[in-house]
Amino acid sequence: MSCWDTIADYGLRSIGIGERLLPKEDFTLCQQFTLIGSGMLWNIYFGALALLAGFFFATALAVGKSSSSRWIRKPAEWFIFVFRGSPLFIQFFFAYFLFLSLKQVIPFFSPLTSAWLGALVVLFFNTAAYSGEIFYGALLSIPKGDLEAADAYGMSGWARFRRITFPTMLRLAWPAYTNEAIFLFHATTLVYFSGFPAWKQKGDALYYANYFADKTFNPFVPYPILAGYFILLTLCIVGLFGLANRHLNRHLPSDVRRPIKLRPNLLR
Amino acid sequence: MFSYCADPSTLDGLTWLSCYLTTGKHMGLYISVVTVLVLLAITAPVALLFGFAGAASARSRIAPLRWLGKGYTAIVRGVPDIAFFLFFVIALDQGFEWMRHKLLCSDWDQPIRQGNDFVVCDAAKLPLSSSPQWVHETYGFFLAVLTFAIVFGAFAANVLFGAMRAVPRAQMETAEAYGMSHRQAFWRIMVPQMWVYALPGLSNLWMVLIKATPLLFLLGVEDIVYWARELGGTKNARFTDYPHGDWRMWYFFALLVFYLAFTKVSEVVLDRIMKRLTHGQATAAGEAQRKAAA
Repeated sequence: MSCWDTIADYGLRSIGIGERLLPKEDFTLCQQFTLIGSGMLWNIYFGALALLAGFFFATALAVGKSSSSRWIRKPAEWFIFVFRGSPLFIQFFFAYFLFLSLKQVIPFFSPLTSAWLGALVVLFFNTAAYSGEIFYGALLSIPKGDLEAADAYGMSGWARFRRITFPTMLRLAWPAYTNEAIFLFHATTLVYFSGFPAWKQKGDALYYANYFADKTFNPFVPYPILAGYFILLTLCIVGLFGLANRHLNRHLPSDVRRPIKLRPNLLR
Repeated sequence: MFSYCADPSTLDGLTWLSCYLTTGKHMGLYISVVTVLVLLAITAPVALLFGFAGAASARSRIAPLRWLGKGYTAIVRGVPDIAFFLFFVIALDQGFEWMRHKLLCSDWDQPIRQGNDFVVCDAAKLPLSSSPQWVHETYGFFLAVLTFAIVFGAFAANVLFGAMRAVPRAQMETAEAYGMSHRQAFWRIMVPQMWVYALPGLSNLWMVLIKATPLLFLLGVEDIVYWARELGGTKNARFTDYPHGDWRMWYFFALLVFYLAFTKVSEVVLDRIMKRLTHGQATAAGEAQRKAAA
């Protein structure tokens, strides 16, 4: 069986297209590359959707946390504290069993017990809390002069937020937000190790890497493959966010622009 | 545990709960909480040591040592650390067995990797197959600690490397002007001063370390996650004196609260330490403290 056949069989295995049975023995390098790569589809799905939806919620949380009204500030603070202060792994477990109990009461919630939605919801809340804190920090460090200038132009309320506060906040938060994005993608590997079942062995990249490592007792092949895929993914994210960073900073002279610095801040 | 617990089916309310929460299996849960704390207490200093060694060698003037240090700090970027956890546990285990195999069984002529199997001679097995259960458990725990220390050592090396660079250059120049050697300046000037720059990063790391402890579960240690799943599952009246439905949600809720409380306490303590350390330092916070006191 050539490598092309393997790719045709297993390339989309993680979403249920192609061969049903996973290879059982005589694993080739090609099979490992293909299956782990196919699992990456899930990592990208979880990461991209959670990030996209989380971005808007995070902005709301940041604005809420800096609000002067107690009734808005406290819930936002608590939300951020709960999701940042506890391990994502436990959050996954708790959410899974919570959804299981909900499902027994109201059948409407049954999609939440499968990974594609349930884990996505948890990741969405989690990234919203982490990025909310980042955005909040950026809100606090908006230069006073910018806001005074907005006042001088007679801007207030929504216009001021849309044209001054929000762009500046985003610009200041962007380097940290890039890191958050990278580690959100890393965190997606936890999904299938935390209660959420991999239905019909459709799992993410780490699920397959772990499958191969368990079957071959050889961690030295599948995990480096996984690492390679993730380094590629990280480079893509850094590239994309770098472009956005350039766009956000386009009005600044080139020597004040802040390049994105990667900081290890893994795990949650 | 208590004398009134002899027949749980007659109890209800809080008395039932007090009996339920003190069964032998729950003791296992409480012991696993202690396990987590012990893991943190051992891992944190060891990881700091690894990190210090990594950062110091990344600054070394000897090129191979510098590459080693830089490589060590670089491995954790770009790859999910849970992959490292899964990788190192098997890799370390096989590494140890391989070394012992080479040392103890020189007359063994078969290959170690036979297809899908990793085969070493009986004397090289770790722990020996004849050893009691607690040795197996301790060995697993030890592997977990080592894995945590390696991964978090790499994070700590990153933080300490940055902190060493943040010590004002003038301080080192003064040390050189006083005729201190490179080593003396490093130990007497840089190391005492770098902590204030390292502390924000290190306290962040400590929080991350706390939040990483549930991953012990993946390393095969019977930790709190294991017990919460075990104890929370539906219990049939035929097998236990304390039948109940699926309570795993509540067990994990308790774990969630435990971790939240733990991080909150750490936050408060670390804030205090930071205040103590900035005292008299040439930083903005130190200056503010001085002005407030004056």
